Amino acid sequence: MAEDKDGAEAAVSEVHKKISAAFNLFDDESNTTVDVREVGTIIRSLGCFPTEAELHEILTEIEDEELTGLVRLEKFLPVMTKVLMERKFRPVPEELLLQAFEVLDQEKKGYLEPEELKRFMTQEGEPFSNDEMEEMLSAAVDPDKNVIFYKDFVGMMTVRDP
Amino acid sequence: MGCGTSVSTEDQGKKLDRDESTKGSCPALTMKAAILIQRWYRRYIARLEMRRRYTWNIFQSIEYAGEQEQLQLSSFFSFMLDNFTPLNGSSPCDPMTEDGGVARYELIDVEQSYCGPHLSFPLSVNHTNALLSAYKDQQTLHARYVLQLLHETMKFLEQMPNIIHLSTSYYKEITICGDLHGSLDDLLLIFYKNGLPSANNPYVFNGDFVDRGKKSVEIIIILFAFMLLYPDHMHLNRGNHEDHIMNLRYGFTKEVMQKYKTHGRDILQLLQDVFSLLPVATVIDSKVLIVHGGISDMTDLNFLDSIERHKVKSALRLPRRTIDSVMVTRCSSQGKGAVRSRRRGPARRSRLRNHSGRSSSSSSSSSSSSSSSSSLCSPRVSSRSRPRPSLASSVLSPTHSSYVPCLDSMASIAIETQPTEEEEWKQVVDLLWSDPKIQDGCTPNTFRGGGCYFGPDVTRALLQRHGLRLLIRSHQCKQEGYELCHDGQVITIFSASNYYEVGSNRGAYVKLGPDLAPRFFQYQVSRCTRKLTLHQRVSAAEDSALKALQEKLFAHRSELVATFQQYDKHSTGAISPSDWAQAVESVLRLDLPWRTLRPRLARLSQDGDVEYLSCFDNIYPSKTAPQVTPNLAETLYRYRTDLETIFNIIDKDHSGLISIEEFRHTWKLFSTHLRVAAEDRRPSSRTDLSSWRPSGWCIGWERPRRRTEFNIKGLIKTASTLS
Repeated sequence: MAEDKDGAEAAVSEVHKKISAAFNLFDDESNTTVDVREVGTIIRSLGCFPTEAELHEILTEIEDEELTGLVRLEKFLPVMTKVLMERKFRPVPEELLLQAFEVLDQEKKGYLEPEELKRFMTQEGEPFSNDEMEEMLSAAVDPDKNVIFYKDFVGMMTVRDP
Repeated sequence: MGCGTSVSTEDQGKKLDRDESTKGSCPALTMKAAILIQRWYRRYIARLEMRRRYTWNIFQSIEYAGEQEQLQLSSFFSFMLDNFTPLNGSSPCDPMTEDGGVARYELIDVEQSYCGPHLSFPLSVNHTNALLSAYKDQQTLHARYVLQLLHETMKFLEQMPNIIHLSTSYYKEITICGDLHGSLDDLLLIFYKNGLPSANNPYVFNGDFVDRGKKSVEIIIILFAFMLLYPDHMHLNRGNHEDHIMNLRYGFTKEVMQKYKTHGRDILQLLQDVFSLLPVATVIDSKVLIVHGGISDMTDLNFLDSIERHKVKSALRLPRRTIDSVMVTRCSSQGKGAVRSRRRGPARRSRLRNHSGRSSSSSSSSSSSSSSSSSLCSPRVSSRSRPRPSLASSVLSPTHSSYVPCLDSMASIAIETQPTEEEEWKQVVDLLWSDPKIQDGCTPNTFRGGGCYFGPDVTRALLQRHGLRLLIRSHQCKQEGYELCHDGQVITIFSASNYYEVGSNRGAYVKLGPDLAPRFFQYQVSRCTRKLTLHQRVSAAEDSALKALQEKLFAHRSELVATFQQYDKHSTGAISPSDWAQAVESVLRLDLPWRTLRPRLARLSQDGDVEYLSCFDNIYPSKTAPQVTPNLAETLYRYRTDLETIFNIIDKDHSGLISIEEFRHTWKLFSTHLRVAAEDRRPSSRTDLSSWRPSGWCIGWERPRRRTEFNIKGLIKTASTLS
């Protein structure tokens, strides 16, 4: 894989810069640390789709032993570089996202009731917190019909970042 | 809602087992589907969070950079004021002089047709109620009553000490509010949630009542009225925007003149003094210090207690002696990069939410030393009864302007003043302008250009020296409306929600009871019936932030292009994203995540490099203004807010019109100051400032107006014809 040494180094350096830029955005105290609770956001904002379990694995690996609750850039950088170079946590194709909603829509109505979605999202899989659930519903529920037309919602979630 | 269907990541890997997820409804499949949706949704939110953060950074960087520009020009503004403004000294009709025993406002008739509220003094609860409901109905208070109210406010403030001392023992709780910035909705919401000020419900408003928002007049009228009604239960600290020169730039002057066409000038003049008479600090139970900005390692509350605070009319109007030294320091500090540590990032949403209502555990400050040694601890009565003849007499005497001597030329700048005046000025500016920082130490606030950054050690030292436990300050917009730092010894409280943009931040106030454990209350004013989704909020804010950033890029076009070209060794018109990011930061020094922002600002070429000229595409006027040299357009763009401020200064009657002579003179002075070549040919009409407004800058390129007006195009035309 690393035949072309220069090219590989350049690629690593680009990845480093990308990671540092994302990290810095969350480094509120300008001391190259971030709150451990932000790490998931950073990893995901870099285009990754980890599960909570996978995220947890990474976190235990990089959390600072002395400063609990904080993650240092020097710990985060190599781990995250590996993730990006090896293309872990790859995006889930969006047609699968729509299919997933169709699985939940067992009666094939074409929509979900807010209560249905809430039940699935807070009781199945890697459950949402109340905040997450509230925010999702505020974006997903059609204000007139008070149901979730999930096809529209998938369209919104998958819209390309400009 | 969105309609795009493409995946937003670079990778299209298909790992999930398709067959499984398409049919049937077994529990395992349901769980798998739920996890998949949860993964997608969490990533979607993460992207939004990142965009929200850089949007916040853009707003904050640009906001502080504006203040820095304003302060950097302070010597020039002082000079302008001395030369052009009639506001100081020799005004023929000073509304606050009571020569014949008749105040000027009494000569103003209230027309029969006036249907707003009527005031009589002393004020009663009926009056404040009438004011509140009138303002809710979009009415205005008659100029006569405004002047009378300001007059009464000034009389009241004259006998107030510099530092007000309050005690919780008389009340259950004291409410402290931060910046309002002309946002009447926020003030009304606070009153709605927390009750009106009264003997049982005391308030401290911690400065920055005015500027930026459109209802600054209403806010100060309400606040002053309540202060007169409940002088012992309603307290106002001065903020850095209670400053008549700041008001020229940030909108309050304009607002007053629009609302009070005939008497606006008198109101502004009176306000200049009222603002400078506002107390600069409040202390609760000798334990909690409340100031607008913060402190420095020089802050000395005993000294501050003794100064004549009204002498500090403006942070931008230095005592004479300082001007030279400031000019020197400014030169020497040029080229230094902004300090990376200056920015407090946005508060973490979820985390801080959980903190609400919890105390900041005032830690182990050994509060045994509660003896009355320092004057800070002296009870309020004694400081109030202390005679202050010098203050009262100097304010009211006709010669009170002598401390800001009118200058005929820059030559007289070196006039001697008492050294204490400079010290007083500095002490007050530090209180009004400073921000906390994470690292120890005290450094000049290079980002804002005034006050300083104070570290945890500075806070600790000051609190210890005065036997205090807590510092409450405002001055910085926070995502959640409040934030703790310095181990909980410093609280930032900010009460204007949606400050940068709809949805950008919540507002908050804090309540202190006898246990002095702060309790926070958050809110957000919303105008639309349906709550905006996070996506909608972020996108709206992001758009306006990016627009502001594009203007910044354009304003520094030639420097940027020169820098880009240094990286572009082969003149291809494209450089690597890293080089591009570095080049932009080296010129703009806004400390922004340029790499992350790049896709929103500039195009990539096919081989992944940045086509650097594309970052001017959205703003450059190109063919629509053929007669204009790009450099002139750029210069005007860059200094437009400075120029607007300056025009406001020379526009003596605040009519929005200045003569071409005045314009020419100013432009010459200003361009000399900036060392920009100015040309001067002669157009022939008066110049209208009213179209000279920020919006005109973004869109004003297309169509020239008929008269010589100061939209950007008009200005460029005018300036380029001066020779």
